[in-house]
Amino acid sequence: MTGSGAAGERLITLSALCRELGRLEESDLLRWIAAEWVRPAARQPEPRFAAIDVARVRLIVELRDEMEVGEAAMPVVLSLLDQLYETRRQMRLVCARLERDGA
Amino acid sequence: MPGNDPYATLGVKRDASADEIRRAYRALAKRHHPDLNPGDAAAEARFKDIAAAADLLEDADKRARFDRGEIDATGAPVPERSFYRGYAEGDGAARYRGGRGGDAGDSDGPELGDIFGEFFNRQAGAGGRAGAGMRMRGRDQRYELGVDFLDTVNGATRRLGLPDGRDLDVVIPPGIEDGQVLRLRGQGGAGAGGAPAGDALITIGVFPHPFFRREGADLHVALPVSLREAVLGAKVTVPTPRGPVAMTIPPHSDAGRQLRLRGRGVAAHGKQAAGDLYATLQVVIGPVDASLEAFLKDWAAAPGEDPRAAMLEATQ
Repeated sequence: MTGSGAAGERLITLSALCRELGRLEESDLLRWIAAEWVRPAARQPEPRFAAIDVARVRLIVELRDEMEVGEAAMPVVLSLLDQLYETRRQMRLVCARLERDGA
Repeated sequence: MPGNDPYATLGVKRDASADEIRRAYRALAKRHHPDLNPGDAAAEARFKDIAAAADLLEDADKRARFDRGEIDATGAPVPERSFYRGYAEGDGAARYRGGRGGDAGDSDGPELGDIFGEFFNRQAGAGGRAGAGMRMRGRDQRYELGVDFLDTVNGATRRLGLPDGRDLDVVIPPGIEDGQVLRLRGQGGAGAGGAPAGDALITIGVFPHPFFRREGADLHVALPVSLREAVLGAKVTVPTPRGPVAMTIPPHSDAGRQLRLRGRGVAAHGKQAAGDLYATLQVVIGPVDASLEAFLKDWAAAPGEDPRAAMLEATQ
């Protein structure tokens, strides 16, 4: 499992992230942060992004550009995805506990 | 491995418009995006194939080259990227859990008791061990393999020693280019819980050849010939990637003349016919003796034309 925000992980700035993804305006990203779609690893003094944030922003860009999910529908999609991943994580924990206790 | 035919990968006709290609790509991306299919290990490979096919076909120049058979669907290596799903179940994802502004500190999941807990507790009570091991596809692993120029022309099998002590026999197809990536299915990291292993991704580096040079399927070589051979013509032996062959130099051949040896370039592979070998004559004077000197001094046409006239004119 790839941890993120781990100690020593290199964080990148907003402009570096926009450059890396290529088709993303800084104003879009700031709006997404305000809407809590993206929660950067560090917020002060300026937003800085860990690998997980980069992957999430890339996913949002692809949902927007390739899958034509409009900004109005985006929170629904992200919320369902977050619940899906949370459920998967819990299932993983349950399985790990079962293995430890029940073996 | 990207499908051999990007048109088939996207399910479009060969004369599909740019718009149809875009629509087909979007429809497939919605279905196969790995972040929307976290439980499907193969989704990532499928999505990458789809994206690579769309990349190729949406670039008018690359599409035309593919249609003419100049490049195959493998194209350039796809830059490595990580998907959100690789992080989403880790501790780092805590700040994205629990909805808007939710308590981000919760990383150990106190809610184990609900649906899954109940289900698995019952299973465990009955002596079952359902779900004990997670099925997880193994990781893709990246390697680099340097190959000799002639192996990329003729094709070859080369052995790659892996860090874990295994040896991998890599088939080098004729015509592979520097920087291309070969995918060996199932040769990457081991899977867990009976899931398939990942793939080995091998980036090919090609060592240059001392005298052959490649352009697509064709090869070029500068072929030294003596003054006598150039003027009087000769039958000479030319090195080719698949052994020496005899070639006739017509009389009165000047330096720079290009002669073609059909089928002596990159070997035939798949539907691609073999390329040609172009030999460009390079006149070599060699050791000069008194008789040649005497002959040139007395040569009637000696002053002749200035061979640099065209160059001098062009730079006036």
